[in-house]
Amino acid sequence: MKRLLYELTESFRIAFAQIRANKLRSVLTALGVIIGIVAVTLMGTAIRGIDTGFTKSLAMLGDDVLYVQKWPWGGVEDWWNYANRPPIRPEDADKLNRIIEQTPNSLLEVAVPVSTRGNSVKAGENKVSGVFTIGTTADYGRLISADFAEGRLFNDTEAAGGRPVCVLGFDVAEALFQNRSSIDQTVMIGGHPFTVIGVVAKQGSFLGLFSFDNQAILPLEAFRKYFSVRRGAEIRVKITDKTRVADAREELTGAMRRVRAQLPGERDNFNINEQGAFKAQLDPIKQGIALAGLFITGLSLFVGAIGIMNITFVSVKERTKEIGTRKALGARRRTILLQFLIEAVSICLIGGFVGLGLTYGLVLAVGAAFPAIPVEFSVSLVFISMAVSILTGIISGFAPAWGASRLDPVVALRYE
Amino acid sequence: MIPSQVPPASRLTRPAGPLVIDIAGVTKLYEMGEETIHALRGVSVQIHRNEYLAIMGPSGSGKSTLMNMLGCLDTPTAGRYEFNGKNVASMIDDELADIRNREIGFVFQTFNLLPRSTALANVELPLIYAGYAPAERRARAIRALENVGLGSRLNHKPNELSGGQRQRVAIARALVNSPSIILADEPTGNLDSKTGVEIMALFEQLYEQGNTLIVVTHEEDVARHARRIVRLRDGLIESDGSVY
Repeated sequence: MKRLLYELTESFRIAFAQIRANKLRSVLTALGVIIGIVAVTLMGTAIRGIDTGFTKSLAMLGDDVLYVQKWPWGGVEDWWNYANRPPIRPEDADKLNRIIEQTPNSLLEVAVPVSTRGNSVKAGENKVSGVFTIGTTADYGRLISADFAEGRLFNDTEAAGGRPVCVLGFDVAEALFQNRSSIDQTVMIGGHPFTVIGVVAKQGSFLGLFSFDNQAILPLEAFRKYFSVRRGAEIRVKITDKTRVADAREELTGAMRRVRAQLPGERDNFNINEQGAFKAQLDPIKQGIALAGLFITGLSLFVGAIGIMNITFVSVKERTKEIGTRKALGARRRTILLQFLIEAVSICLIGGFVGLGLTYGLVLAVGAAFPAIPVEFSVSLVFISMAVSILTGIISGFAPAWGASRLDPVVALRYE
Repeated sequence: MIPSQVPPASRLTRPAGPLVIDIAGVTKLYEMGEETIHALRGVSVQIHRNEYLAIMGPSGSGKSTLMNMLGCLDTPTAGRYEFNGKNVASMIDDELADIRNREIGFVFQTFNLLPRSTALANVELPLIYAGYAPAERRARAIRALENVGLGSRLNHKPNELSGGQRQRVAIARALVNSPSIILADEPTGNLDSKTGVEIMALFEQLYEQGNTLIVVTHEEDVARHARRIVRLRDGLIESDGSVY
C-alpha cells in the first residue's frame, strides 16, 4: 500500500518533469481537451444562465399567478375555435372575487383585472414611446413583488374614482425626469394628463427581451375613460399555495365557468395560462443548446483523446530504454502502467484547468459587455470538467500505457 | 588496453560464502521467423556469495542471454535456475521484478540513468520500488553515493557529470538496495581507459567490502580483475576456472 503511494508520487513527479521538458508538445496535445472543456463549461454556463434568468424573470411576473385569457400561450393550430370566444371583461374579475369570498378554504386569493396597451408618455420636451400601459385595480399591488423607488400605488378610492394618477416604471421615470423626483409631476399618457404618485424600483427585463421598467400603471377606471377596452382584458388570479397550482387551476376553471354561466359539457370559452407553459417552451431551446454543446464537446474531446493517445505512444517509444531500465531496477507492470496513465491524465488535467480558466474569462467578459445576457459560472462545472479531463486521460492513455507495462525488459533494454 | 593496477600476488581472495545462483542444464531457444536459434544449449554454473566472476565470450556465444538469465530479466526455456534457493524458472513477471529489485544490482554499459533526474533521485529509484519511506530513501541513497565518491554531486543531473561519474552513480544505484549480486554488463565499454581503470578499482574495493560481483565482458583486461572466469562459446561453457 505504502509502496503504491511512493510509486504514485514518483509517477506524478516524472509526469510533470516530462511535461515541462516538452512544453510545446504538451500544450498542442492538450488543445483538444482545452476546446472540449471550454465547450462543456460554456454550455453548462449558458443553460444555467437561462435557467437562472428565467426563474428571476418569472419571479418578476409573480410565480403564484394564473392568467385568465381568451387565448392560450404558445399559439394554437385551430385558431378558429378561439376567435369567437367572448372577450374577458374586467367585470368578470369582480364576479370571480365574489365567488372566491363565498368559497371556504379557497385556493384562490384575489382576482385582478388588467387591461393593457402601448402608449407614448411625455413630460415637457421629453418623450418615451412604446410604454407598456396597464389599467388595473389597487389589488395589483398584491400581485407584484417589486418595491417602490419612491411613492406608492394608487388606493381603492383613487382606483374606483378613476382618478388621473399613475405609477411609472423605473426607466420611464428616469428618461422623463432624470435625477429629479417624479412625484407630483404631470405626464401626458396617450395625450391625457396624469399625476405621478409612484415609481417602481428597477426590475430588469424578462430574459433580456421585455423590460419591466418600461411601463406605466393606471387605475382601470381612468384607463377605460381614455383608452378602448373593446379588445378585452385579462384577469390575473393570485393563488394561496404555489405547490397546488393544478388544484387552484381546477377551482378557477369552475369559478370562471360559473361567471360565464357555461353549461355542463360545453367547452371552456376562456383559457387559464400559467408560467409553466413558458418553461415548457424554453425546454427545447435548452435541449438544443445541450445537444449542440454535447456534440462539440464530444467531437473535440474525441480529437483531444486521439492526440493524447498518440503522444503517449510516442512517449512510450521514446522512453523504451527507460522502461527497460526501470523494469531492471524492479518496477512492476503496474508501476509502468500507472506512470504513463498519470502522464496522460496530467496533460488532460492541465488542459482542463486551462479550459476552465478560458471559460471563466469569457463568462466575465460576456457578463461585463452584455449585462442583459444571463451567464453564471458554477463550482459544479469545475468538478464536471475535472472528471471529464481525468476520464479522457485514462481512456486515451490506457492502450499505450498497457503496451508499455507489457514490454519485455530484455527487448526494451536493447532498444536504441 | 586497461593495465591491471593491482599486482596479482597481493590480491585478496575472500572465501566463498553460501550458494546464491544455481543453474543446471539451462537452454534458451529463440524463434526468429522460420529459424530456431539455440542461444544456450545446456549451461550449468554455480555462483557463491563473495565471488568475483567474469563471464566472457565472443558475440553470439550466448553471453548476453546468460547475463539476462542471471539478472532475472529472462527465464530459461528448459533447465533449473534457483536464486537463493528460490525457483526463478517458473516465476511470473512481477515476481521477477521483485527479485531484480531486492537481489540484483544492475550496472549497464550505457549507464542507463534517467536524464532529467538528479544523481540522488536516480539512486533513490530502486528504493521507491522497494517501498522505502522518503526520509530513509534519501539517507540510504546519500550513503551509497558517498561510498562511490560522489558525496558532493548529489544534485547534479547526468548531463552535468562526466562518463566516469555517471557510471559511479549507476554503481551506487546498483548497491543501494544491498543486493545479493552486482551484475555489470561491459561496465567500462563506454569509458576511456583511464576512467575504466578507476571503475575497475572501485569494483575491487566493492569486492573487498564483501559484495558479490558478476562482470560480463569481452575484454581480457577487464576479466583479469575477477577471481574466476567463465568462458562461453556457441551456447556452451568452454571453460570455468579460477584466475590464479
